[in-house]
Amino acid sequence: MADTHQGDTRRDFLYVATTAVGAVGAACVAWPFIDQMNPAADVLALASIEFDTSTVTEGMAVTVKWRGKPVFVRHRTPEEIEEARAVPLSDLRDPQTDGARALKPEQLIVVGVCTHLGCVPLGQKPSDPRGDYGGWFCPCHGSHYDTSGRIRKGPAPLNLAVPEYEYISDSVVRIG
Amino acid sequence: MAAKFENPIVRWIDHRLPIFSFMHHEMHEYPTPKNLNYWWNFGSLAGIALVIMLVSGITLAMHYTPHVDHAFNSVERIMRDVNYGWLIRYIHMNGASFFFIVVYIHIFRGMYYGSYKAPRELLWMLGVVIMLLMMATAFMGYVLPWGQMSFWGATVITNLFSAIPLVGESIVTWLWGGFAVDNATLNRFFSLHFLLPFVIVGVVVLHLVALHRFGSNNPLGIDVKGPKDQIPFHPYYTVKDAYGLGVFLIAFAAVVFFAPNFFGEPDNYIPADPLVTPAHIVPEWYFLPFYAVLRSIPDKLGGVLAMFGAIAVLFVLPWLDRSPVRSGQFRPIFKIFFWILLIDVVALTYFGGKPAEGWYVTGSRFATAYYFIHFLVILPLLSVFETPRQLPKSISEPVTGGGAGFAGATAAPREKV
Repeated sequence: MADTHQGDTRRDFLYVATTAVGAVGAACVAWPFIDQMNPAADVLALASIEFDTSTVTEGMAVTVKWRGKPVFVRHRTPEEIEEARAVPLSDLRDPQTDGARALKPEQLIVVGVCTHLGCVPLGQKPSDPRGDYGGWFCPCHGSHYDTSGRIRKGPAPLNLAVPEYEYISDSVVRIG
Repeated sequence: MAAKFENPIVRWIDHRLPIFSFMHHEMHEYPTPKNLNYWWNFGSLAGIALVIMLVSGITLAMHYTPHVDHAFNSVERIMRDVNYGWLIRYIHMNGASFFFIVVYIHIFRGMYYGSYKAPRELLWMLGVVIMLLMMATAFMGYVLPWGQMSFWGATVITNLFSAIPLVGESIVTWLWGGFAVDNATLNRFFSLHFLLPFVIVGVVVLHLVALHRFGSNNPLGIDVKGPKDQIPFHPYYTVKDAYGLGVFLIAFAAVVFFAPNFFGEPDNYIPADPLVTPAHIVPEWYFLPFYAVLRSIPDKLGGVLAMFGAIAVLFVLPWLDRSPVRSGQFRPIFKIFFWILLIDVVALTYFGGKPAEGWYVTGSRFATAYYFIHFLVILPLLSVFETPRQLPKSISEPVTGGGAGFAGATAAPREKV
């Protein structure tokens, strides 16, 4: 009867081994079908853009499209820069100095997507409302951003994101 | 239906929605003849092939663009840019071929063992409906990459309907949504190619309901005489089906990874050009027998009728073969003609892939004639003139040598031959 017991153990082992191999196989098959929904090679190839900032003169703002989203490029006036620098960090919900947000102080480059629920804030056109702090105002749920794109009032938790970018010449910037 | 479940949540649900009882009854304890051989694997394999096609197809539809200007490039994008797109497309392309291989074996198994005979006539006819739907789906799917073969295949096959007297031309214009195969055609083919597989799923469900009404036929072709002739589906046939699935997947993976374009036509990697027809048009291999029938008749309407007739004759097969004996094992003359028919269909496949000239035309005419003679003349005559061999008394008898019991324990005394 000891043999019967041994037989049971062997059978259990076979069950577990078969199930394990089956599970690994199923996972290997499942992965390509999951991964196909990730960004494809041609989408990734368009993940960075170049932009000539000399086309944006003082006081002017331009919106460019990067990875399907708007990027705000604003040539700030000295007053706007001063205003952004004067804010004490303790007043900020998401504390960040203005210097940490712009490689060149006069050119502010931020992703134009409200950190609340993804709307595009107003403030690029001269006729747009710019909110209580002279930066941008999101019409969806009333978030106010300052001249550094930092959140000051309203439901958004974070500052407008600064994309990864570098100057590849005096005026041309590569975003992404 | 007296399944007892230990898990209280399963029990709670099952009391209100007896889905677990249903599955236990139909997939676990479902009594199945104990003598099924490996040819009975191909039913479940066909079901799995359908699932493979649905999963890979829905995935491809996430990346495909049904427009004449973008279709070809969107398929190339799937091959080059989409993560694992090459794999998913090759699975879908070759999955179609393997689906037909499995289904054709399934059909010939049914023919050899007489699975179409009473009381399984509707089961058989539903199977023929599934095959027709598969053909329509496969044809429209082949159009979607919008290569040269796609375009000219679509042109030739839709033009079949122009053979219909009086209204033919109007029907073809209606099918096209224009005066040639064009964007409207591509769009509707994509829509229908997406829809029809789900219709197939529906007919497969009916096929299974009809199957479970009387249970599977078996290699002896005799009715089960009781529980002693049967074993529960699980684990006996789940394991047997799983083993067959493993073998199937090895063959399938071998083609997908090492010869993915084996079944394909190089011309379909040339974008569709409505102004230039390729020198030699052939349909996919699984259509070749029927294509050979079409071309063997030197008359437009006649060819089309013969081609559809070659499938239609299968619908009435249960009434052409009147022999009361199901299994070919006990029909010495039928058995010979079964193999001749199989060779004949292989020959039609061969002729269908050759240019329609010279000896190939003669050959395909003989093969076409024989195909219809088999069903319309030989089978009805055999039903009358053939003397079948002695049938065993039960499924257990040939194994136990005695009566219908296990090891002859309950068998009546009987002389052994």
